[in-house]
Amino acid sequence: MELTVFLQQQKPIPLNASLSCNNGEVLALVGPSGSGKSSILRCVAGLNKPEHGKVTCSGNVWFDSEQNINISPQQRHVGMVFQHFALLPHLSVIENIMLPLRHLPPSNRKQRADEFLQRVNLKGLESRLPNTLSGGQQQRVALARALARDPAVLLLDEPFSAVDQVTRRKLRLEAVQLTRNLNIPIILVTHDLDEAYMLANRISVLHKGATLQTGTPDEVMNHPTNSTVARLIDMRNLFEGKVLSHDPENNCTRFDWNGTVLEATYSSKFNIDEKLDWCILPAEVLLHRRIQPSRGIKENPVYGKIEELIAIGGTTNIIIKLNDNPEVKLYMDLPQHVVRRNSLKTGEEIGVTLLKKALHLMHK
Amino acid sequence: MDWIAFKLSLSLSLWTTIILLIIGLIVARLLAWRSFPGKSLIEAVVALPLILPPTVLGYYLLTIFGRDTLLGQTFESLTGDTLVFSFTGLLLASVVYSLPFATQPMLRAFEAIPNDLREAAWCSGLSHWNTFRYVELPLARPGIITGAILTFAHTLGEFGVVLMVGGNIPGETRTISIAIFDRTQAFDMQSANTMSLVLLVFAFVTVSLVYIFNRRHSHIVV
Repeated sequence: MELTVFLQQQKPIPLNASLSCNNGEVLALVGPSGSGKSSILRCVAGLNKPEHGKVTCSGNVWFDSEQNINISPQQRHVGMVFQHFALLPHLSVIENIMLPLRHLPPSNRKQRADEFLQRVNLKGLESRLPNTLSGGQQQRVALARALARDPAVLLLDEPFSAVDQVTRRKLRLEAVQLTRNLNIPIILVTHDLDEAYMLANRISVLHKGATLQTGTPDEVMNHPTNSTVARLIDMRNLFEGKVLSHDPENNCTRFDWNGTVLEATYSSKFNIDEKLDWCILPAEVLLHRRIQPSRGIKENPVYGKIEELIAIGGTTNIIIKLNDNPEVKLYMDLPQHVVRRNSLKTGEEIGVTLLKKALHLMHK
Repeated sequence: MDWIAFKLSLSLSLWTTIILLIIGLIVARLLAWRSFPGKSLIEAVVALPLILPPTVLGYYLLTIFGRDTLLGQTFESLTGDTLVFSFTGLLLASVVYSLPFATQPMLRAFEAIPNDLREAAWCSGLSHWNTFRYVELPLARPGIITGAILTFAHTLGEFGVVLMVGGNIPGETRTISIAIFDRTQAFDMQSANTMSLVLLVFAFVTVSLVYIFNRRHSHIVV
């Protein structure tokens, strides 16, 4: 592991974080505001000093509370992109990028800075002042400055939050391309799950300063370790249940959901009568086609009325009010063409299947 | 027209400004981001000359500078001169009196610099000194210049403290404002009028020039 971070403190905000990030890997720290994402990043950069912990990078100890080591930010060689970019307003674009190049002879600085400017596609804006640039351009300058540092770690503190949505999408794509060629650990702080999903190799979910779960985006999204993580990653279909029986022969664990019996993949770690949390991704809820019923119809079928249809982009979010459990709302995401082909409308009766293998059970 | 008094006033203002530029920068920079026990007390002491009547301040300075105090005696044994009723004493008094005028604008200017700019400089490898030189100083410049102008103007127009501490010794402590007062009391209205006019024009031109210069070189939005 190239970057390992272990932090513990009570004040000013509680931290209990343990992370690692390999060269060329993007690790996203996600969590609500106040969950300690930025504090962790600042501890890695050396801008905050935690009460206890250890930070090492490529074998170098940057911080160790036991040995009383705390290397200054200047000596850590981190490339940091601040949330509001922190470009020096009195310096031109090129001067901002030349800032971390002061160790080079003056004649070489400009040339090197030009190369980084080119890498972020900002040729021609050298002499502009930051306040004459658009948000997206400022973000690129900040990224170029961070890269010019020749960093051992790249730290991105909500780098896309201060730009409009169209620019954000473009910048994210650029960031994907740019980070692919960097062979250093990259930590991305974000509260945007889509962003984490899109950019990160691994996601670490934070709550009150603690790293609750770390894994690939798919692992975390499909198999949150508990209901807290599920809530933090915005799992809309999160419910409670009670284990009824195990049937290892049919690879099945049955549980009760407010009177409805559902089947999940066999999991011996749950005891009979144990109360549990379970979830299913809205995209994994399957619609019973009306014209041509599919064979999956027997697997955990549930029926209800469409309460609401909300179209976002190419996807429609459907809220279903269940016939057996009217107080429960089930979320289903369908591609828009499916909605159109089945002519789904508010108030209509539909049947859906909760695929056995898509049900994820969690201990209370 | 008392040109000696005019020169003395200029000299006093210039020296006060130079000394307070250094002291002001140090004090403002120390107070700007740090918080430590007793900070409010120091801020209060620095701001005190703003609200004290010049006579009160002058009285205390006169007492502290006196021949039977430690400060007065030390100064006398070093220079063979008394601190009261001397140019040096006047300069010291001016520095104390104008301290808030130098410090306050500088302090506000430093405080207005967003913290992430300094942190960005550190993360870019700039030492604390280089961060001060290349980030803080240029960004605080308008405030620093304002502090200097205010100090200069305030010292030029100083009257009460000068009268208390310096008296009215030609070539040593008689500033232009004292000279104007002196001439007015002697019903020499023509001299008083000339000197007042010269001072008015001089002050106006100086301050305007500095403001114009400052405007031209501060396209900075922090």
